[in-house]
Amino acid sequence: MEHSEKYDSNTPLEYQSEQGRLNILGFWVFLGAEVALFSTLFGTYLVLMHRNAGGPMLTDLFELKGVLIETFLLLASSFTCGLAIHEMRRNNQKGLVVWMIITLLLGLGFLGFEIDEFISYVGEGASLQTSAALSGFFVLVGTHGLHVTMGVGWIICILIQVASRGLTPVTTRKLFISSLYWHFLDFVWIFIFTAVYLTGWVMM
Amino acid sequence: MSLDKFFVTGDPLIYGADVSIVLTMVAIVFVLTYFKKWKWLWKEWLTTVDHKKIGIMYIIAAIAMLFRGGVDALLMRTQLAVPNAKFLESQHYNEIFTTHGTIMILFMAMPFIIGLMNIAVPLQIGARDVAYPYLNAISFWSFFMGAMLFNISFVIGGSPDAGWTSYMPLASNEMSPGPGENYYLLGLQLSGIGTLLTGVNFLVTIFKMRAPGMKLFQMPMFTWSSLITCVIIIFAFPILTVALALLTFDRLFGSHFFTLDGGGLDMMWANLFWLWGHPEVYIVILPAFGMFSDIISTFAKKTIFGYKAMVYSMIVISVLSFIVWVHHFFTMGNTAAVNDFFSISTMLISIPTGVKIFNWLFTMYRGKIQFTTPMLWALAFIPNFVIGGVTGVMLAMAAADYQYHNTYFLIAHFHYVLIAGTVFGCFAGFHYWYPKMFGHKLNERLGKWCFWLFIIGFNICFLPQFFLGLDGMPRRIFTYGADTGWFSLNMLSTVGAFLMGAGFIVLVYNVYYSFRHSKREETGDAWDGRTLEWATSSAIPPHYNFAKIPVVTGYDAFWKMKQEGVSMKLKPEEVKPIHMPSNSGRPFVMSVFLFIAGFGLVWEWWPMAIVGGAGILLCLALRSFDYDDGYHVSVEEIKETENITV
Repeated sequence: MEHSEKYDSNTPLEYQSEQGRLNILGFWVFLGAEVALFSTLFGTYLVLMHRNAGGPMLTDLFELKGVLIETFLLLASSFTCGLAIHEMRRNNQKGLVVWMIITLLLGLGFLGFEIDEFISYVGEGASLQTSAALSGFFVLVGTHGLHVTMGVGWIICILIQVASRGLTPVTTRKLFISSLYWHFLDFVWIFIFTAVYLTGWVMM
Repeated sequence: MSLDKFFVTGDPLIYGADVSIVLTMVAIVFVLTYFKKWKWLWKEWLTTVDHKKIGIMYIIAAIAMLFRGGVDALLMRTQLAVPNAKFLESQHYNEIFTTHGTIMILFMAMPFIIGLMNIAVPLQIGARDVAYPYLNAISFWSFFMGAMLFNISFVIGGSPDAGWTSYMPLASNEMSPGPGENYYLLGLQLSGIGTLLTGVNFLVTIFKMRAPGMKLFQMPMFTWSSLITCVIIIFAFPILTVALALLTFDRLFGSHFFTLDGGGLDMMWANLFWLWGHPEVYIVILPAFGMFSDIISTFAKKTIFGYKAMVYSMIVISVLSFIVWVHHFFTMGNTAAVNDFFSISTMLISIPTGVKIFNWLFTMYRGKIQFTTPMLWALAFIPNFVIGGVTGVMLAMAAADYQYHNTYFLIAHFHYVLIAGTVFGCFAGFHYWYPKMFGHKLNERLGKWCFWLFIIGFNICFLPQFFLGLDGMPRRIFTYGADTGWFSLNMLSTVGAFLMGAGFIVLVYNVYYSFRHSKREETGDAWDGRTLEWATSSAIPPHYNFAKIPVVTGYDAFWKMKQEGVSMKLKPEEVKPIHMPSNSGRPFVMSVFLFIAGFGLVWEWWPMAIVGGAGILLCLALRSFDYDDGYHVSVEEIKETENITV
């Protein structure tokens, strides 16, 4: 566990300590488990998507406008998250914090539209208890939304640490890992958009 | 809610359990207080992040659960010993076979295996700890709280009664009202989180923390099997997490994943369960294979035969383990093509397994075999496991399976693989690494008594069940008529079960006897071992494991060092401070919140669940702000521990 190795200035800060390298690899492995988790939810949804038990059809509920705004917000947040890490690598703490805060605001915007979408569905009599198709929909999309919520809280904790400690091997490691998580959620959303919404419209 | 709904009432067996639980708890509190051991318990155990201590705690929990699951088994065998027995009523019997299966797989086999992994793997690769010691403590405590949550069900609220597979619609609110099934769902969920984290932790540990020079294809076989097991855990356990969560939603929030109404699909539960469940079988068997490889090689005094074939066959098994799950329900009504596919993929597993069996035999061929207790378990494993394997291929034939399905033939088959594989493996590993944990061996004479009682009892118990199954006796029945002709074989089986129980008692007595009387080991090399865990400077390794990280030049690293006369001893000027992680009480506290949240969900007491959830989030946030970077073991302390003098 000694970390006395020397690094040239090209090695990013987060990779310079042994623990940093271990944690980043471990998080990639954890994301592998997350892929398995979401795959199971996708499989469940795809099996159940037509089983609406006489209740409302998912395709009748979807509204293009809200979903497109959600998608745009989350994709943009992934881009700004990338910019934040770019600034982190340039050792520009202010740039990092600004871009990260924009990322969080976009993420919160995404969550706001998603919650609004859920509330309007429930208002139209389509809830978790209505049918298997809707159970599958709410749990798949809701699990993603819960992940985004956790991500927002987590990144806020890290930004507080950056504010008090600056960019150190530890804080950059945490920022980098949280950015992996954020991009992963974006990646999952692309699949949700395809498997849930686009497929829904194509079949309509 | 009235108290008689909260506590289980009306059964003398349960009252007996209540009394014994209260007495045990009072006794524990009394002993800890009388001997002033509370601080010791907290500082040395509850807050530890040392992989060796975590491993010991896993194994203690596993042996306690083996006792619980074993008592369940004996109750069942007592009920089935004679026709029309009145010892247990049907509901009680249902609860007992449910808890027996769940506890034996998830709360006995898993922690026993993970405990031995904790003890041996970091030492085998010459590391000072695992990659994430803090996470390792979280793994243990979330497993432990999951196990406790599951176990209190039989006195508080009632046990689950829908089988360890918890098939829908039997496990639905309509068919299984009350909190029993919720205990199953939440107990497994908590311990499953722990297992997943262990998978991530040990994968990174084995990939990144091997001693300098140790290539992947020079790792000890147990480390290899643990690595492959971790990969299976990482891809299989999230499936269980989701399946349990969906069923929890069905029961608590009225969703329709597996229900009969609302468009749900009950057989999707069976599919998801076994998508995890079959890889799970290999999660508990592959590490046992690894242990047998190391033990056979040590006591035959030979390098393992066909090292690469051993590794590749485990990799093939791990891949196949994900594409055989439908063989658990050939009778579901799949098309012939689907059944054919899963029939063939299942039979394919016997090929790499057969390769391994022959390699173990060839390792012993012309070896100088020492018949120590661990070696006896390894030797008994081979023929008994082959019986389990061959009957497995019989069951894999879909057409024939229509005959065997849900009979005692199946029961006998999976006990022959799980007991002869996993349990023999755990006992072998327990005896083998015991001196590494406690500094002395288990008594060999008592070890052999335990072995023979258990092995004879095991065969008397389960061999008759093949014939009962062929004779049509279905599983999960609480009694049978005298006209069935099943009495004599059932009686025989019960006698065998009690012999196994006697073997278990000898094992536990051996722990006590050896603690009092066994010779203390003076070196770290109790068995003239071949791998690095035997290269430590003392019998029980110091908390930092190795003062000097060994340099590895080939397979059987420690054997090679002994042959070449390489010393692990440090010169005084070589001693450097060692960086180690600090202890933390937070994993324990967090797991208490997990328990509170789980208990709240079981009873649908939402405020309690929310308090538990908030506590978990708070612990996670506190961890994020925790900048404790560990500490350095001083040069003086190392010199004193290692007996290094100028």
